[in-house]
Amino acid sequence: MSATTGFALSARPAPRRLLTEERVATGLVALLCLGLVAAIALPLWMLLSKSFLDTEGRFIGLANYARYFATPALVQSLLNSLFVAALSTAIVIPIAFFYAYALTRSRIPAKGLFYALALLPIFAPSLLPALSFIYIFGNQGFLKELLFGASIYGPIGIVMAQVFYCLPHATMILVAALSLADGRLYEAAEALGASRWRVFRTVTLPGARYGLVSAAVVVFTLVVTDFGIPKVIGGQFGVLATDAYKQVVGQQNFGMGAVVGMVLLVPAVLAFVVDRVLRRRQVALLSARAVPYSPQPHRRRDLALLACCIVVGGLVACVLGVAVWASFIRYWPYNLSLTLANYNFPEFDSNGWQPYFNSLLMASLTALLGTPVAFLGAYLVEKVKAAPLGRAIVQFLALLPMAVPGLVLGLGYVFFFNAPWNPLGLLYGTIGILVLNTLVHFYTVAHITASTALRQIDGEFEAVSASLKVPFWVTLRRVTVPICMPAILDIAVYLFVNALTTVSAVIFLYGPGTNLASIAIVHMDEAGAIAAAAAMATCIVATAIGAKLLHLLLDRLLFGRLQRWRAR
Amino acid sequence: MTTTFRFETAPGEAITLAGGAGPAAPFLRVRGLTRRFGSFTALSGIDLDVARGEFVCFLGPSGCGKTTLLRAIAGLDRQDEGRIEIGGRDVSLAPPAERDFGIVFQSYALFPNLTVRDNIAYGLVNRRRPRAEIAARVTELLALVGLPEQGDKYPVQLSGGQQQRVALARALATSPGLLLLDEPLSALDARVRLHLREEIRALQRRLGVTTIMVTHDQEEALAMADRIVVMNHGVIEQTGAPEEIYRRPASPFVADFVGSMSFLEAVAADAGRVRVGKRQLRVEGNAELAPGAPVRLGLRPEEVRVRGVRAEDANAFEATVTDLEFLGPFCRARLVAREEPALCLLADFSANLMRDMAIERGGVLRVALPPEILRVFPRRAEAAR
Repeated sequence: MSATTGFALSARPAPRRLLTEERVATGLVALLCLGLVAAIALPLWMLLSKSFLDTEGRFIGLANYARYFATPALVQSLLNSLFVAALSTAIVIPIAFFYAYALTRSRIPAKGLFYALALLPIFAPSLLPALSFIYIFGNQGFLKELLFGASIYGPIGIVMAQVFYCLPHATMILVAALSLADGRLYEAAEALGASRWRVFRTVTLPGARYGLVSAAVVVFTLVVTDFGIPKVIGGQFGVLATDAYKQVVGQQNFGMGAVVGMVLLVPAVLAFVVDRVLRRRQVALLSARAVPYSPQPHRRRDLALLACCIVVGGLVACVLGVAVWASFIRYWPYNLSLTLANYNFPEFDSNGWQPYFNSLLMASLTALLGTPVAFLGAYLVEKVKAAPLGRAIVQFLALLPMAVPGLVLGLGYVFFFNAPWNPLGLLYGTIGILVLNTLVHFYTVAHITASTALRQIDGEFEAVSASLKVPFWVTLRRVTVPICMPAILDIAVYLFVNALTTVSAVIFLYGPGTNLASIAIVHMDEAGAIAAAAAMATCIVATAIGAKLLHLLLDRLLFGRLQRWRAR
Repeated sequence: MTTTFRFETAPGEAITLAGGAGPAAPFLRVRGLTRRFGSFTALSGIDLDVARGEFVCFLGPSGCGKTTLLRAIAGLDRQDEGRIEIGGRDVSLAPPAERDFGIVFQSYALFPNLTVRDNIAYGLVNRRRPRAEIAARVTELLALVGLPEQGDKYPVQLSGGQQQRVALARALATSPGLLLLDEPLSALDARVRLHLREEIRALQRRLGVTTIMVTHDQEEALAMADRIVVMNHGVIEQTGAPEEIYRRPASPFVADFVGSMSFLEAVAADAGRVRVGKRQLRVEGNAELAPGAPVRLGLRPEEVRVRGVRAEDANAFEATVTDLEFLGPFCRARLVAREEPALCLLADFSANLMRDMAIERGGVLRVALPPEILRVFPRRAEAAR
């Protein structure tokens, strides 16, 4: 070849190396597979098998299940769980729908502020709204009379707190669903002379149908599987989540605990399946040629929706605010002077501030270790061609935790890591198991976020690097990671915030030296130190919101400068 | 996997290499290449030789397998059966990194977070060359693709045509023996496309790099290629120089896909004759057809004769202009023979001719179809596909 300019590169034959790209990729996939099997599949398998064993570890078939359904108190808890979940869903979905409708289909001012208000509860442990409602409607509550003698400790309190706790999740889903609107449909309906109500009924509602079902399914599952709220405000009103806790921690009845766990798994798995099926159907809803809908000003509608947003957003802020405020009160409700005494944790709990720092450490480790693992896992699934079977297993196991309630996962971990034959048992009682469990609990969202970001970048980068004989890990480092930096930060913050606020997954797993802030709240509340519990909850909220603000700041300032290549 | 081995010993060796005439072996040799996706066969038994320095176009409609073939040659999609040799080395099972090629995609696939210089240097940096040498090479490549001043910009700051030049420079940076172009011009504006295709061709001639380009644009293929490989339904329909493909299409599909062609259903008559309806036409090269065999007659619209046609000329007849479509430099007319309505065809008339002959809709013309422009396709060839 009389080629270009004597830059003799092609003459050199490709060297045969031990570390070929394919081997490295296969090795990584295998490693991730193993890790996910150990961290997800085996614990769940242990839980399932445990439900067929008696307290001595003998196989007894379905006897545990039979006993479960023969125990009136346990069956009552199941019915209670379904009841509060159904009621909470029925309340939260319409509220979230109109809130989301106002944010996407009207011209109200300060949409960003209202959206942020609705998302606030995400930064708090579910225990916090329960504490707030105790302050508001409890025995010493300032609005106790509004309940006309009914007690907040029980279904009323649970439902109220759940509505607060689930609102952001439902709102996010519905905002996403409602912003996917084809403006041409509205123009066509208007051109045909349809009334506003008819347009709403025939265009808006059908368009948001999947979003509505999806939101309802998510809320229902969240309520059934939540542990913190019924623990704090449930009183004698038993639900599935508290039953599982009582059976395992209180009575050391692992077989029965496993049965409750399996029962808890049912609605979550059903919800997961329904959601998957709907997602698949929804694909064709919006064509590539759709024109985004932009709402026209309409005074009466906008005013009504603004009022609705002010009320709902205001209430959310109030509920959160009450717990924060109460944490600074000397002696509720008799001495309302402000104090920092409730933050003097050593006075209420022998562990003092330690749980808070444990939580910080655990959340940081989860974010720092979990983000690279989740991103690399998604990268292997999306961009690498080696080991197709292994990648399919990774994909399945990565989506599985979405269907597993934290409490169930925690139970599985108890059984798996406690098993005498398990060499991983040395993790038990350490911060390591808390990090692993939390990472797995929230792995699905991290994985999906990374996958979505990876799918948006050109699929030929790997092909180009291969043609230039550059191994994939160099392109991953030099190109893929820098491009996906915003998504990577999102994942890190998501993991950090959720690790900070989670209760259900870790309640079975903490050890003497690894007590967490959210667990300390449960314990201080149990001991009657409710103001200190509120103070600890406030610390968590402040830290979580701080992390989010830091994220926004980083995104704006730092990346605005570093990622000059994004702008034209 | 076993099938791959079978091909290494069996039919591949037996084939005498028509394309490799002369002492030099082909630079790229493909034998019995088959690729299936589930029950769909994307490529079926492809044999192909490409000579060193040749510019070959894979041409065909979407889904014909041309991109699959290109990706198999690159090693990006592994074939199910068959063998690929590049530069005399069997690379059938080699990963892309061990094959010697550069590639350019329709989407450019430039790394958005790297500057133009860093993009071009991407494959060089990995080879641990001195920094100054790399910088010099990049500068040289920037000049080569006509972007000497744009090195410090990011891809997003360039136009589509400029981005594709950068992609080309990046692919050429390591002096690969084989350059693969996957619809490199399809994402560009018509004007830019025209300009860039000339430049790519000139560059390729200058560097002498063996090049394969995938395209669905017949005009592009005719203008750029030394040789065109027309593909359809996972098989090669015809391989040949552009003029050969255009003048002597091997099948109705090729005839229709490359340029336009009117088709007439006909029946073979005596030697040198076919019948359309009641009308006999003289043709060339239907000797092997038995009288009565169904055939398909093809002719290019621009080859219909109009000027100075006498009644006794071969295949002359009077035709009515039933429709006229104005296409700028020429008009496309639909003609129907007055004596035989089944004899209905398209003809392209230049603006000049339109004026000279005063052609208008509803008018009558005497036209001739010289036997050498009529192509006879046996009908069973089509049924076989």
